Amino acid sequence: MTTEELKSLKSNTIVDARGTACPGPLLAAKKGIGEIESGEIMEIYSSDEGTKNDIPKWCSKMTHEFLGIIEEDSYSRLFLKKA
Amino acid sequence: MTIELEKQIQELKNKVDRLEAGTKDQLSMVVFSGDLDKILAALIIATGAAAYDMKVKLFFTFWATAALRDPKKSGKGKNMIEKMFGMMLPKGSRKVTLSKMHMAGMGTAMIKGIMKKHKVASLPEMFKTAGELGIQINICEMSMNLMGFKKEEMIDYPGMTVCGVATFLSDAQESKIQLFI
Repeated sequence: MTTEELKSLKSNTIVDARGTACPGPLLAAKKGIGEIESGEIMEIYSSDEGTKNDIPKWCSKMTHEFLGIIEEDSYSRLFLKKA
Repeated sequence: MTIELEKQIQELKNKVDRLEAGTKDQLSMVVFSGDLDKILAALIIATGAAAYDMKVKLFFTFWATAALRDPKKSGKGKNMIEKMFGMMLPKGSRKVTLSKMHMAGMGTAMIKGIMKKHKVASLPEMFKTAGELGIQINICEMSMNLMGFKKEEMIDYPGMTVCGVATFLSDAQESKIQLFI
């Protein structure tokens, strides 16, 4: 998805994992995904660089659809759709 | 010739079925080291695997068992040597030290400061998270006996069990990933 498309998405839940290090964002994602229904959208805030590689990998293993990343000044917003 | 091939294919099919049935989405790990850095690595991998919905079983043995001691508790009925061991070994995960660059405590104190700065969870925090994620901790009974540790002086951890090598082997046998740290 393009940044514009991502910006227009309405997330069902936002998980703020900023300030945590590995495996913090991953564990936050696991917790957050349990709180939404299949087909809903989750957004993860992370200031950890590695998260940008980790979350897409985690999504493909867990069969969630990774939608993309929006870069903010000091963190990234990662979007995914629950399988 | 075709009958022979069919027979071979059938045998292979049976083998694959058996292998598939025997391998769960499970991680089994031997945690042997009593070093801060190595136990941290073990717990990061373990909690990460739990995020992948894998079942995780940790087998704490030898030096690693000291990290499971609760500093507020003590074991009863220890003999002289067991008491000495108890005094010489770290009392809990707050007391374990770096495998390298410990430098009489300076290095370990420094890394703890750096970990805090980078918001890396401490060992006690990681154990708490592991418990919440349902990660199983098994402690090697023989190591407990060697070190003179008693079950009652260990941390409160959900479902923690004292067991032997057979438990590890049966867990490992049905796991996709096995590690030794």
